[in-house]
Amino acid sequence: MAHTLSTFAYLAASVLFILALRGLSHPETSRKGNTFGMVGMGIAVLATVLQPGMSFSGIALIIAGLLIGGGIGTYVAQKIEMTSLPQLVAAFHSLVGMAAVAVAAAAFYAPESFGILDAQGHIKAGSLVEMSLGLAIGAITFSGSVIAFLKLDGRMSGAPITFKGQHLLNAALGLLLLVLVVSFVASGNPLLFWLIALLSFGLGFLLIIPIGGADMPVVVSMLNSYSGWAAAGIGFTVGNLLLIVTGALVGASGAILSYIMCKGMNRSIINVLLGGFGSESGSASAGGGGGDRPPVKAGSPEDAAYMMKNAQKIIIVPGYGMAVAQAQQVLREMGDLLKKEGAEVSYAIHPVAGRMPGHMNVLLAEANVPYEEVHELEEINPEFADADVAFVIGANDVTNPAAKTDKSSPIYGMPILDVERAKTVFFIKRGMSSGYAGVDNELFFRPNTMMLFGDAKKVTQEIVQALQR
Amino acid sequence: MNPTELANRAAVLAQDAMALAAQARVVAETHVAPAAAAAEPFVLLLTIFLMACFVGYYVVWNVTPALHSPLMGVTNAISSVIVVGAMLATGLSDSIAAKVFGFIAVTLASVNIFGGFAVTRRMLAMFKKKG
Repeated sequence: MAHTLSTFAYLAASVLFILALRGLSHPETSRKGNTFGMVGMGIAVLATVLQPGMSFSGIALIIAGLLIGGGIGTYVAQKIEMTSLPQLVAAFHSLVGMAAVAVAAAAFYAPESFGILDAQGHIKAGSLVEMSLGLAIGAITFSGSVIAFLKLDGRMSGAPITFKGQHLLNAALGLLLLVLVVSFVASGNPLLFWLIALLSFGLGFLLIIPIGGADMPVVVSMLNSYSGWAAAGIGFTVGNLLLIVTGALVGASGAILSYIMCKGMNRSIINVLLGGFGSESGSASAGGGGGDRPPVKAGSPEDAAYMMKNAQKIIIVPGYGMAVAQAQQVLREMGDLLKKEGAEVSYAIHPVAGRMPGHMNVLLAEANVPYEEVHELEEINPEFADADVAFVIGANDVTNPAAKTDKSSPIYGMPILDVERAKTVFFIKRGMSSGYAGVDNELFFRPNTMMLFGDAKKVTQEIVQALQR
Repeated sequence: MNPTELANRAAVLAQDAMALAAQARVVAETHVAPAAAAAEPFVLLLTIFLMACFVGYYVVWNVTPALHSPLMGVTNAISSVIVVGAMLATGLSDSIAAKVFGFIAVTLASVNIFGGFAVTRRMLAMFKKKG
């Protein structure tokens, strides 16, 4: 059998991909894992090029594609700022989706290359089903990811776009898609192939526009999952085990991440997908409380520096605001100075902090914060009770005690970081605007809370200067 | 865990897997072969797909939350293994349409493969032990 060698190569690549994911169970093994992944991909590509029957012109085209794509990919990956990681990942997802669409089209126009013809020279019905699945999921992944990219990159408002009858329209289009797939499988008509593609592009677009900016961790994870299912669908179409295995791995991974993100917000995936939650948090007027609230206590960076200098245990809670202000470097400087003063400094990360899973961890690692000092929610929550200072920088909803007490709050039931148990809580905020969920944070009005109004980076810089004095 | 230890454990795992495979083969030859010959290849693919879903499920739950961003980077890169399908279309077919679509797909997937692994590498380099 001529294909035995490549089959074994694909098997080896599958195993290496599993090892690549396995390596991520610990930072120290993760780099090795990434190398396994690269080797696996190298083996898969080589085995495919060396397969018998590859035409010379085809190989030339493949090499050209690898060089062009590889060049662009490497360049972008080196240039990208770590704060823009979520956008990059969304853009990458869109490429996988588009590639899936293109491969489905290639398989449709050259079925003989993949051995999916029946005795009469038509494409097998089963293969048409698989092809349309790969095509539809790929197209939805593409347009959905493009919207996610635009929202994350700020080229499009993060506010949910909703209109009357939205869900009805989506359901109707979904049904229409099903009808198109059935008639495509029955007829094999090229027009229907492209109609499926077009409709799926539209559906991906419509599915993501109602989802708000801060729900993006779920959306990015979900599109990650879709890109896997698209690859698996194409794998079924062309009968390739490596594509099926890898697609399943990626699909499962994205699904788990989506689940973790939803749990971090105490919302169901359906609730997130239906969208319309939260609004663009504008920078509202600074200072002053609303209604009959007691006035908030605002402090200066010098006050904060003085109090932290005398603290034994400090827990820093970074949020998306830190990423926006690019305050991670100066935050680490502050941490270093406080450690020199003899304080114990650690960082608390909420599962949905940032715009993609694990975003905060990467930013802190980039700023050279040792990963041993960075803790997950369950790990760090008991520590707040004996912390002298909780330093909240660019986070809001994830610290709101209303999630534990107020049943009528939209964030009720969401796991939060128990910062209110610390002796003193500092909040760096640009103003008194409510968080993404649109709810007031009662913590701002508590006597042991001090607000530090201003840009996260600037305020932290001033604290650092005060500490150095 | 140091690299050598990891490699050793991987080797042990591989040996176990080989032993299992040998057993499975014996079983397959004696019991399953007649049935498998009759079964649709689709069922075989579906079986492998479902097994891979389970492997993914267990492996990914073991990923530390701190590395969830690199996880997305890696899965992004490996999902572009779709490049294999694109290459087969480009290389095996005489159809111009298939060649064009294949070339587009190879290029797009390559952006992802190189970009995905490179950005993951960059991220993971930051998670070094600080001394």
